[in-house]
Amino acid sequence: MSDGILATILISMLGGAIRVSTPFMFVALGETLTEKSGRINLGLEGNLVLGAMVAYAVSYHTGNPWLGVLAAGVSGVFLGSMHGLICSLPRVNDIAVGIAMMSFGTGVAFFFGKPYIQPSAPRLEALPLGGWSDNAGLRQALDINPLFFVGILVALVMWWAFANSRWGLIVRMTGDSEPAARAMGVQPYQVRIASTAIGGFLAGVGGAFLSLSYPGSWNEGLSSGQGLMAVALVIFARWNPLRCIVAALLFGAAGAIGPALQSVGISQGYYFFNAAPYILTLFIMIASARSSSSAREAPGELSITK
Amino acid sequence: MTAVTTDTPVRLTDSTKLRAWAEAVAIPVGALLVSALIFSLFLLLLGKSPVDYFQLLWRGGFGTSFSIQNTLQRAAPLILCGLAFAIPAQIGLTMIGAEGALVLGGFSAAAIAVPLVSGGVPSILTMPLMALAAMAVGGAWIGIVGWLRHARGVNETISSLLMTYIAIAIMNFFVEGALRDPGSANKPSTMPIGEDYMVGSIPGTDIHWGLAAGIVLAIALQVLMTRTTFGFGARVTGGNPRAALAQGLPVGTLVVACTAIAGACAGLAGYYEVAAIHGQANASLVAGYGFTGILVSFLARHNPVVVVPVAIMFGSIAASGGLIQRRMDMPDATALVLQGIIFVVLLTSETLYGRFAIFQPRTGTERT
Amino acid sequence: MANYGVSRRTLLKAGAAGLASTALPLGAMRSAQAADVILGAVYVGPRDDFGWNQAHAVAMDILKGVPNVEVIEEENVPETDAVAKSMESMINLDGANLILATSFGYYNPFVVDLAKKYPDVQFRHAAPLWNADTDPKNAGSYFCYLNQAHYVDGVAAGLSTTTNKIGFVAAKPIPTVLSNINSVLLGARSVNPEATVQVIFTGEWSMPVREAEAANALADAGCDVLTCHVDGPKVVIETAEARGVKSCGHNASQAPLAPKGFITGAEYKWETIYTMYADLLAAGEELPNFVAGGYHNDMVRNTPYGAGATPEAIKAADAAIEALKAEEPIYVGPLKDNKGNVVIDKTYDNYDPTLDGMNYLLEGVSGSIT
Repeated sequence: MSDGILATILISMLGGAIRVSTPFMFVALGETLTEKSGRINLGLEGNLVLGAMVAYAVSYHTGNPWLGVLAAGVSGVFLGSMHGLICSLPRVNDIAVGIAMMSFGTGVAFFFGKPYIQPSAPRLEALPLGGWSDNAGLRQALDINPLFFVGILVALVMWWAFANSRWGLIVRMTGDSEPAARAMGVQPYQVRIASTAIGGFLAGVGGAFLSLSYPGSWNEGLSSGQGLMAVALVIFARWNPLRCIVAALLFGAAGAIGPALQSVGISQGYYFFNAAPYILTLFIMIASARSSSSAREAPGELSITK
Repeated sequence: MTAVTTDTPVRLTDSTKLRAWAEAVAIPVGALLVSALIFSLFLLLLGKSPVDYFQLLWRGGFGTSFSIQNTLQRAAPLILCGLAFAIPAQIGLTMIGAEGALVLGGFSAAAIAVPLVSGGVPSILTMPLMALAAMAVGGAWIGIVGWLRHARGVNETISSLLMTYIAIAIMNFFVEGALRDPGSANKPSTMPIGEDYMVGSIPGTDIHWGLAAGIVLAIALQVLMTRTTFGFGARVTGGNPRAALAQGLPVGTLVVACTAIAGACAGLAGYYEVAAIHGQANASLVAGYGFTGILVSFLARHNPVVVVPVAIMFGSIAASGGLIQRRMDMPDATALVLQGIIFVVLLTSETLYGRFAIFQPRTGTERT
Repeated sequence: MANYGVSRRTLLKAGAAGLASTALPLGAMRSAQAADVILGAVYVGPRDDFGWNQAHAVAMDILKGVPNVEVIEEENVPETDAVAKSMESMINLDGANLILATSFGYYNPFVVDLAKKYPDVQFRHAAPLWNADTDPKNAGSYFCYLNQAHYVDGVAAGLSTTTNKIGFVAAKPIPTVLSNINSVLLGARSVNPEATVQVIFTGEWSMPVREAEAANALADAGCDVLTCHVDGPKVVIETAEARGVKSCGHNASQAPLAPKGFITGAEYKWETIYTMYADLLAAGEELPNFVAGGYHNDMVRNTPYGAGATPEAIKAADAAIEALKAEEPIYVGPLKDNKGNVVIDKTYDNYDPTLDGMNYLLEGVSGSIT
């Protein structure tokens, strides 16, 4: 493999990591917050798809993509609080409701999204941070959407807040032990509803990135399961916001391997290259997962790890 | 309490059972009615007639003999995929990879058929071998998920999801490569297995035998999970794995067995997709049945036998969806919205169990 | 009869427009019983996907205008037994007597089996798959050879590229797609012997993120003209525009999506076939079993040139269109594939069935089909 080819692939992977990772990042961060409070919302795929549609529609009608981002977040709050409220009823299973919300959210998005497939809505402007480079690929890879940095900022804030803030402590305690939280005078259901709603907001914003930045248009195949995968990445990232970022970047970079290899003429077995993110994630999990360590980091009230 | 049982043991049991049954029927039926109401509001807001909608839903799902067969045929893979989620759920696992086992199972059946059919092995031997291959590969695929969970602590939800994508890549790789039928020009597929090796219909109907297989398996698994030591052990493990270990239950074996059974169910669904419908393996095997099965199982509360009617309900929504699109000029996403509302309301209704006095054992009145 | 059909449809339109809310009885819904021909159209994706399905759905309006024809449509029907059941439901519950199945994977086994089961119903399928010797007589095929329009794309692209690398984002390595890729190459080579085509297969008909990644990877690799064959080309064209490279469209007009770099695009002209069907149905005549065509009989077209087309590219492309109308062959043998084997031994007519089984990429295309 010549240096040029290797450089092309590496630049593609860098670009892929930055371009593709943002929606994974937002959904995974939203889910981390929800799961830290002791609930699982498997339905963030629904938030992602609905967010994408709403963002595109609002941007199209108002001409302001940032309003679209906000509206996507609000649609996510709507779905998230629905999940949070329903799951606060006794004996209702949060995983099941999540899957139902996924179906509901995608259904609503597809139903109302028909008129927005064809028009072009104003998109979010990227920040051209690669101006110093002569390499067109590198310049493109460093055309970074502000939401990418927002995502990293959110992760840093969450990471700090979980460890150091009163709110973070309340969320973590609710997630680890309901009786302990009650003993402290915390209302676990309120904390969980709020966490799921905010988590839903973040997932909705992730959807806005899909339709308004990359790939940057609305259609029904837009997400194809990215929301579901991002929720799974939370377990991979062991409920740590910073590791969510790493996981999302890794996943994005791995996703760029397939197209990048084909672009330099290596295309035998492209189905496996295209499945690289899944294969890689599985191998890392098998290599790193030990019941003891992951169990230690998992929120105690989480039904998926009980 | 003890006094009552000794006084009127038979009557009390009967009445309690009856009340429990009434509760188990009344709450879901009520939830379905509420979903229908909510959805009607949605339709009214859009200026569509709910009356028309539900008439068409009935006509397309159950209204004619064709409609019933359409519904039941669509239910067949959903029963098997519902079981594939329900069995691991009983042992406490959230295994969402039935889609991958279905795809690989169907693919394996088609792949093993290639040498058998060209070698002229009679269909009476080839067909069971194909089904076995599908179940074995599906079982092994999901069995790995169980083993990884038990031996390495790898979370089964994420590993089964990842393995689904990998399974689809494996199938596509072979279907478009080494095992491609050169004649399958615009739709890469494996060699057709041929009419003689196809599974026929249940006599007098157009429904393939996968439906019967699903129902039989559902009953068999119900017996296995409720009437045997194996099932008891699995459910104890599902309730409290640490207690199960402490009691000396073979938790690892149980986990791997339950996941393998699940994979075998999904693999069998893949076999019927190949042997009763497509006649070969191709990308059409990826039809989302595995994911729908998750919801089927949840709505059936992971109860193998209840999976059957729930799958039929799903089948009827799918079967009538086309008719509604055609007659009411509504997009296909309408059915998705209705499904979403039904799921949410049905799952919410879980909270009502035990809330209505009328369904509770009348210990107080019986005593007097 | 015809009059009755029209008045009936007017009523139906009123219903569809939303005037009919709850008060209208069941009978006022779309019901096809009044027409002579009840035509059921099945689409594999959403009707407004800005691509393959939309091209069909838009052309279907022509058939909706025929007085004695009632069109019923179903979208997002997967290529499983769901499509068999959908078609059967149209026949059994709506009385459909003509089915237009618009996706490749519908044909075998579903259309073939149903045609045998319902000999009184006519089936037409949008791919050149019907075989006069083996397939039922009430089935048939219709198809537009889009590769001719892609050849024209290639001519324009060959004169537009400065790096001599044309990027092609393809869904799956099936003959129709391969023929489009090879035609782009041959078109480009006809005006620029140095031109090459770099192909990336996404493996899915619709997978926007991977299509965008593929388009970016091609641009990274130095391709300065991009084109594609996926169900909805919007993402590829918009990504090309964002990268500042030129683009050629597919399926429908994407010119507005790339105001700076759009050159031209390959479009089906299903309306030619559907108009012919409409005339035959209006006259009460039978539909032919096999209809196929390209430039010579007005079944494909190229999108009007965009800002990315230079005068010389336009001139060469127009000349190529005239040549295709005169049925000049695209595949002038002998030609080698990109592994060095001679795969096209002689010159083939543009409609030669041998080409329908194409399973190779020609020398000059970088990529592999497995």
